[in-house]
Amino acid sequence: MTYTFGLDTFGDRNSDADGTPLSHAQTIRNVVEEGVLAEGAGVDFFGIGEHHTDLFPMPAADVVLAAIAARTEKIRVGSAVTVLSSDDPVRVFQRFSTLNAISGGRAEVILGRGSSIDSFPLFGYDLADYEQLFEEKAALFAELRDGGPVTWQGKTRPALFNQDVVPHNEAGPFPAWIGVGGNPQSVVRAARLGFSLVLAIIGGPPARFAAYSELFRRALEKFGRPPLPVMVHSPGHVAATDEQAKAEFWPRWRDIITLMAAERGFATPTEDSFERETGPQGALYVGSPETVARKIAANLRVLEATRFDLKYGMPGMTHDQLMAGIELYGHEVIPRARELLKS
Amino acid sequence: MLGAGHIGPVIARLAIAAGYPVSIAASGDPADIALITELVVPGARPRWAADAVADADIVVLAMPLHRFLDVDPGLLSGKLVVDAMNYWPASDGALRGFQGVASSEIVADRLAGSTVVKALNHIGYHELEDRARPALASDRRATGVAADDPAAGAAIAGLVDRIGYDPVLLDSLRAGRVLQPGGPVFGVTLTAPEFERAIHAEARSLP
Repeated sequence: MTYTFGLDTFGDRNSDADGTPLSHAQTIRNVVEEGVLAEGAGVDFFGIGEHHTDLFPMPAADVVLAAIAARTEKIRVGSAVTVLSSDDPVRVFQRFSTLNAISGGRAEVILGRGSSIDSFPLFGYDLADYEQLFEEKAALFAELRDGGPVTWQGKTRPALFNQDVVPHNEAGPFPAWIGVGGNPQSVVRAARLGFSLVLAIIGGPPARFAAYSELFRRALEKFGRPPLPVMVHSPGHVAATDEQAKAEFWPRWRDIITLMAAERGFATPTEDSFERETGPQGALYVGSPETVARKIAANLRVLEATRFDLKYGMPGMTHDQLMAGIELYGHEVIPRARELLKS
Repeated sequence: MLGAGHIGPVIARLAIAAGYPVSIAASGDPADIALITELVVPGARPRWAADAVADADIVVLAMPLHRFLDVDPGLLSGKLVVDAMNYWPASDGALRGFQGVASSEIVADRLAGSTVVKALNHIGYHELEDRARPALASDRRATGVAADDPAAGAAIAGLVDRIGYDPVLLDSLRAGRVLQPGGPVFGVTLTAPEFERAIHAEARSLP
């Protein structure tokens, strides 16, 4: 079995050591350095998730990925996620095909809603139309990714008639995934349209997603498609010790989730809930390399997944903390997780 | 169970574990959710919505609220209906007529021929199963049940109790506002005494 390990960021706005927020521009430049470091540390994939807020100033992930691609040679680069519903599938295809060209075939796309809904009002879309927007646009994107002239019509964008969409991908379609958060109908849709599956697990026991992996495999069979991989995407932070990792991550996690809780109406985190989430039955990968590697290996097994992406960092963490975490993830967590998965 | 998305399968699994026979329906052909049912809600029966409702003693609405507006109210006439939906504009977009009111009152107005109870809407689908406990367990949590009809409220309180939660009854759908997004118990899992304290503190501040 071949396993792949990635890092994802949402462009979480950095602070300096005194807690003063850095500029959006500096945060973006830091993300480029983090992506370059990830390659040096031996990480397989670097992903950037589209966001449109002061805490996550990262609306043009593909531009940042292109900068990273230009300074790296091996690491795969992609979105995590692209909010397709409020974008144009033709433009998304073109941007990532261009990234694929620049990077020599290292581009990937993860489509989804993410937890970010800010793009809907920003671009004039109604959240109530989310389902139809995503269904239609994902189906069109799947056709575009296959290459060749596309004929398509729907309600969410103008029709295409035998349209050649450039640039062509010289080595065939790039990998494309759909991220799901807990809706089994989204799992079936990913299989039906031929996308690989990302299980975005951000709270609660990861093992409860095992039925979704099985559902995905069975749905691929039902639709007559070849097997496709399953990825686990979860948040976390690696430091030298469990104590250090928690001390660096917890206050930033608490602040952000508390803020989101006020906006979105869910529970504010407590030290108890944080302990539960960072424990073996929780969704956060926060700790020493050994702790994080063990948790990754255990959950990839339980979920029959072959890819793990750690969404590293939180707004308010320092660039130095993130860089140190990337070094440890690449040099220690990944080799240890591979070793654990061999036995 | 009307809805095979985030929360429908979770409530269905809890009900099956508690011994209820459960049918599940999405908006279309049951064949479309046969695989989901087999793997994610084992023991449930996928059916057309009309057939599932016709044979049901209790119907749970577990669809996005904007999709409920497409449901024919006649389908649910005469039924005891659990409204597990939320008006949650930050997540699902704004809907006309739902601002600043008890969403279940709007649902009940639309379902004039049904008896509507608000329940199972305020604990997240991530947590609802993990936090369920047998009666008398020391760490059992509470969940709110709001109804205008006391008998209907009591019936759903019985269901909530059987699937693993201490029911806390609220004596009107209007009072069920405290269970909504932004309210004191939304997204929080509390014991019954904590729950009572939280909603009573809130009720005093509501007009």
